[in-house]
Amino acid sequence: MFNASVSFHDVLFMLRGAGVTLLLTFWAVVGGTTLGVLFGLLRASAPGWPSFALGAVLDVFRSVPLLIQIILVNAFAPILGFDVSAFTIACIVLAVYGAAYCTEIVRASVLAVPQPTRRAARSLGLTWADDLTAIVFPIALRVGLPGWIGLALGLMKDSALVLWIGVIELLRSSQIVVTRTQQPLLVLGIAGAIYFLISFPIARAGAWFERRWQDQ
Amino acid sequence: MIEIEDVHKSFGALEVLKGVSMTVARGEVVSVIGGSGSGKSTLLMCINGLEPIDAGRVVVDGVDVHARATDINRLRRRIGIVFQQWNAFPHLTVLENVMLAPRKVLGKSRAEAEAIATDRLSHVGLKDKLVAYPSRLSGGQQQRMAIARALAMSPDYMLFDEVTSALDPQLVGEVLDTMRMLSSEGMTMVVVTHEMRFARDVSDRVAFFHRGRIHEIGPPEQVIGNPQRPETADFLKSVR
Amino acid sequence: MNYSFHWRPVFQVMPEMLAGCLVTVEIAALSTVIGVAIGVALALGRTGGNRAAAAFALAWIEFGRNTPGLFQIYLVYFGLGSFGLHLNSYAALTAGIAFNNASYLAETFRGGLRAIPSTQTRAARSLGMSAPLAFRLIMLPQLFRIVYYPMVNQMILSVLMTALGLTVGLDTDLAGVTQHFNVLTYRTFEYFSVAAALYYLIAKAMMLTSRVVAWRLFRY
Ligand SMILES: Nc1ncnc2c1ncn2[C@@H]1O[C@H](COP(=O)(O)OP(=O)(O)OP(=O)(O)O)[C@@H](O)[C@H]1O
Ligand SMILES: [Mg+2]
Repeated sequence: MFNASVSFHDVLFMLRGAGVTLLLTFWAVVGGTTLGVLFGLLRASAPGWPSFALGAVLDVFRSVPLLIQIILVNAFAPILGFDVSAFTIACIVLAVYGAAYCTEIVRASVLAVPQPTRRAARSLGLTWADDLTAIVFPIALRVGLPGWIGLALGLMKDSALVLWIGVIELLRSSQIVVTRTQQPLLVLGIAGAIYFLISFPIARAGAWFERRWQDQ
Repeated sequence: MIEIEDVHKSFGALEVLKGVSMTVARGEVVSVIGGSGSGKSTLLMCINGLEPIDAGRVVVDGVDVHARATDINRLRRRIGIVFQQWNAFPHLTVLENVMLAPRKVLGKSRAEAEAIATDRLSHVGLKDKLVAYPSRLSGGQQQRMAIARALAMSPDYMLFDEVTSALDPQLVGEVLDTMRMLSSEGMTMVVVTHEMRFARDVSDRVAFFHRGRIHEIGPPEQVIGNPQRPETADFLKSVR
Repeated sequence: MNYSFHWRPVFQVMPEMLAGCLVTVEIAALSTVIGVAIGVALALGRTGGNRAAAAFALAWIEFGRNTPGLFQIYLVYFGLGSFGLHLNSYAALTAGIAFNNASYLAETFRGGLRAIPSTQTRAARSLGMSAPLAFRLIMLPQLFRIVYYPMVNQMILSVLMTALGLTVGLDTDLAGVTQHFNVLTYRTFEYFSVAAALYYLIAKAMMLTSRVVAWRLFRY
């Protein structure tokens, strides 16, 4: 019971935690991107006060600590009478938080498409829908992809915060193992390595894309 | 006096200067002409030690520019240089741009430096732009400011590297006029230029640079008016 | 919904929460200043000629950017104990955020240095300035302007990160004070909504202040 060494079993337990981290990230990215693209297109194409208001609301999510948002939603859900799991709450908060950032990425990318290019496309007889799918999206995608990859990795790292409401993701599972084995440095070292191995290759790929596209 | 003796200089495998020799006497104006990539800018940078050389010597008033013992920062105070790209310091006003080096390099007081800077700036016709930031200046004004900035160090020599090439045509005249004025005041100048009229009217001698060597050097009437070498003639045809 | 909100107890502890705000800003400012200092060193180390320094800087930067900030705070708080170095939660939080800040700011500074054309240094050197003098008088002011807003941004992110002090038991900053009263009454939603509003105000106040300062500072 009080075997103080880190066993294979512990590592397996942490890997299961890493699985939860990835699952959280997946839902946060899917939800955040869906909402973000929707809001972003809205903000880019409908200027004036609705866009401004949406921007101001989303800005709140970027100006309040994520941990506080998690605590608030976790406390508010039962008040509303919802009986949802901590995991679901975690996914929802992370998704909305991601959407707040994704919206600005999408908006900036769409606005980065030069107007003359779009006018030229329309003057060639392309319809509004053609213009969007053939001109705007391909260009905006290139502009926005590096930022979006950064956002996805950011959500992966931020997902650690949901340990506060009892979701046993990678960092929480490591903490549990630390408590049992009393070997914080080794266990946290393993956790750090797992985070790094997930994040680093994707970050590198993103930087590579960015460089390649800048050269063109 | 600037003495350039058999200077060699390579960038990697590319030999840019292949044994250049030339002297510039006090009070003399020497124009350097030649095709793009022939090594003119490189030569100027070697004169004030901004680029190291591989072989040969550059001696300014008896001081070997590239010797280890030479205090290059001290030497550079006496050699002003103005570049093709406008190199205004964007975070400083016109006056501050010109005051900076006298204050920080020569150790002059603020009042002294301001007096010098105001004097040089009036000299190049920028008296009414003292508190403007460079971004508010035209290209021609920025180049004149760069000239004033170099003159504020009271240099004995001035090097000019195609200072009008990046300017709109209508702004070229004002900068050339400033340089004419300097030459008439007796400043020793080495001027890399594509302005043949200027080279002919102002210089005491013209050097034609070709493939890293001085191909022909002599008075403007000869080099520009009656070139002795076919390459010089070809080059002159191409720029007319 | 048969929950009744009670706001009065929250407003009764407002002085304590405002005092917590000060601690929060203090930690954010401290960790930004330390982060800037280390960030400059890392950026110079990464671009400089020394192989070992470059490798060290790269390792720090990549590790800092590819692991969660919370993980870094844990590492400082729990992990350093293995070396007999036991930091209290305030110091551990500050050090963790500073470590994180340094990793991101190092890349900001590196990009900023590359954005200044080399012709600027050349022009400065041609006026007889030594390399250090040219760096201080010409490069640094321009670099400062380029990295000013990214730096402000990092400081605001630091404010938000201070809430992670909860996880290492810090009870003097805004989140910690809020949690302290929360566990006494379990009015979680009320207490933390007010805390959220205060964080929002701190972030906005910083943004606004930075704009005013920038307007005074950068006239060109
Ligand atoms: N720092 C450098 N590194 C590598 N190659 C260089 C460098 N500076 C100049 N060169 C090369 O050296 C050659 C000579 O360059 P230089 O600038 O001296 O020519 P130039 O006669 O001034 O031409 P231009 O009239 O175009 O200004 C060119 O081929 C150039 O590409
Ligand atoms: Mg040149």
